[in-house]
Amino acid sequence: MAGLSASAPGSLAAPGAAFIFKKALVSALVALVLFSLMIGVRTEAGSDGQLTYWTRFGDLAIMVATVFGGSIVVELLRQWWGPVGTIRIVPPSVQGGLAVARRGIAPVLLVFTFLVPVIFYNERYILDLGILVLTYVMLGWGLNVVVGLAGLLDLGYVAFYAVGAYSYALLATNFGFSFWICLPLAGILAAFCGVLLGFPVLRLRGDYLAIVTLAFGEIIRLVIINWQSLTGGPNGVTGIPRPSFFGIPLTPGDDGLAARLGIEFSTTHRIVFLFYLILALALLTNWVTIRLRRLPIGRAWEALREDEVACRALGINTTTTKLTAFATGAMFGGLAGAFFATRQGFISPESFTFHESALVLAIVVLGGMGSQLGVALAALVMIGGFELFRGLEQFRMLVFGLAMVLLMIWRPRGLIGHRAPTVFLHHSQAISSDLVKEGHG
Amino acid sequence: MSADCILNVDQLSMRFGGIVAVNDLTFGAERRKITALIGPNGAGKTTVFNCITGFYKPSGGSLKLTHDDGRQIQLERLNDFRISKQARVARTFQNIRLFPGMTALENLMVAQHNALMLASGMTFLGLIGAPSWRAAEQRAIDLSKLWLERIGLLERADDAAGNLPYGDQRRLEIARAMCTEPALLCLDEPAAGLNARESAALSELLLTIRADHGTSILLIEHDMSVVMEISDHVVVMDYGVKISEGTPKQIRDDPKVIAAYLGADEEEAIAVMESGT
Repeated sequence: MAGLSASAPGSLAAPGAAFIFKKALVSALVALVLFSLMIGVRTEAGSDGQLTYWTRFGDLAIMVATVFGGSIVVELLRQWWGPVGTIRIVPPSVQGGLAVARRGIAPVLLVFTFLVPVIFYNERYILDLGILVLTYVMLGWGLNVVVGLAGLLDLGYVAFYAVGAYSYALLATNFGFSFWICLPLAGILAAFCGVLLGFPVLRLRGDYLAIVTLAFGEIIRLVIINWQSLTGGPNGVTGIPRPSFFGIPLTPGDDGLAARLGIEFSTTHRIVFLFYLILALALLTNWVTIRLRRLPIGRAWEALREDEVACRALGINTTTTKLTAFATGAMFGGLAGAFFATRQGFISPESFTFHESALVLAIVVLGGMGSQLGVALAALVMIGGFELFRGLEQFRMLVFGLAMVLLMIWRPRGLIGHRAPTVFLHHSQAISSDLVKEGHG
Repeated sequence: MSADCILNVDQLSMRFGGIVAVNDLTFGAERRKITALIGPNGAGKTTVFNCITGFYKPSGGSLKLTHDDGRQIQLERLNDFRISKQARVARTFQNIRLFPGMTALENLMVAQHNALMLASGMTFLGLIGAPSWRAAEQRAIDLSKLWLERIGLLERADDAAGNLPYGDQRRLEIARAMCTEPALLCLDEPAAGLNARESAALSELLLTIRADHGTSILLIEHDMSVVMEISDHVVVMDYGVKISEGTPKQIRDDPKVIAAYLGADEEEAIAVMESGT
């Protein structure tokens, strides 16, 4: 190895290449030792009980070579795209290109999202998937306020989703309120629940906070199951009204939107409407969050994540700051919940299990805590990717888990691991994730 | 104690279980003056600070803050963030507590939180981008700029605070405390870890703060060159009690201080004290 690096003095690439080569060699060696018994030699009980064995050195060689090659590829990718501080052996031109691509990704993604219903008008499956992804994008952005900005680990986020969904479902079925009246009400009720949760957990930090929020999520679900007279218990709420186009129903009748516009009715209209509805809600969440980050309250959230003691010394009321973070995050969860209810037309406690909280939290963590683009990308990868692997059937979870582990090795602080300043004098420069704290609850 | 004091510490005591960290401490910090609190390690200086800034609740005694307009506040009755918000007492920490992942400018903006919260109409005016909010934000940026210039960090305004050199972080923390526009500034070992040149710059900064802003300063310091140069009044503590107070010169010549603060060997102690001037 020493000879390799000495042979190219002055070149920055050589030590990196030597390092990668060495690492790949070690991996291959470990693979050889492991696989020589697992793959290289095959034993079996013969017809009359004796031990027979045969060798498969060809397969073994292929496995070891795969590990060797794979290790080099993984290491190269890591250095391309890895955390700041690793040796970069990629030429600056490629890095420049990557930087441009990174900057362009958000607008391209946004334009593409707007065009999805146009491009895939006849593909119901893709439209439904798009709605699902956007719902999780919105939930991710909502939770990002609590976890990413304020640094408060919340494992019970699904509770607010449930509160929003049931608020709309019950208000609409019992009182006949329209979606557009119920939507803000659902948001307010969920925010109220956020404050309710906030009070008991204000003194808790880290693991303790996580456990109590987890319990809160379960409490809400159990209340919904057991309060049969109001929520219908495990049977859920059925016949939830579909949303109307600002009062004009999307039905085949004479007063429906299609009839009024003089076009032929199609069920796809409603799907497209739902798609743009959740897109608008998600973009509202994004806009408000970006706006809040640049306001004193948002800066106080981030400061709270960085150092709570310093915040108190600067006269920041940490209690109300935490409560507003919980309330804001919960409100967005509630809005998404109301959308979920109107889209499904039927809700039951089954939809609001811990699995949902974990999924949304995974989206936030994978996306890079505090990064709006990262959360959107992570939601796309998690939800879209999960559907993509549907053909793998029972191996789906395995592949998915592996993908997540790999991603965390590459990008330990999420897809977008750096933080953009909220205000600048000369020029805005991204702050490395090494400096940004994760918060302690 | 007849002088015009911004802070009167009266019979302050602080006990942690059976340990008496501060016992019956009485002193005053004069208005628009620099008061130094010195003493050997473990003398209870930081405990006094934590009592003044509300991080501890004193076991006994009173801490009276008198503002310029005669308004009096009992600090021991306020807790944590209210000390800074209502009594306008700001502090720095022995081990720097900046927001490392935020830029220098953002650190100073966070310090103006309470004023900005009012200006942003508790967020609602800010959310719709009201002109009054924009003007207030610009004023906050200007104030931050002023302080960045004063501590020589204007060029590095957009760098993460955690990336700044140690000496710059110390000065930024002082600037951040000053952005809360305090009446009393409490500095916990501001010169710790600074080299001679940086210490001199720090002394100058503190003198500027006193002269230009009329802020009273209370500081804990081990660096005798800083203490002797800028302090108007020095209070010496040992084992939680006050053993002496007076002007830097009086302190330097006080045999009790020399004996307690620097050990029993007076000859050596005097030598150290004098080298510090």
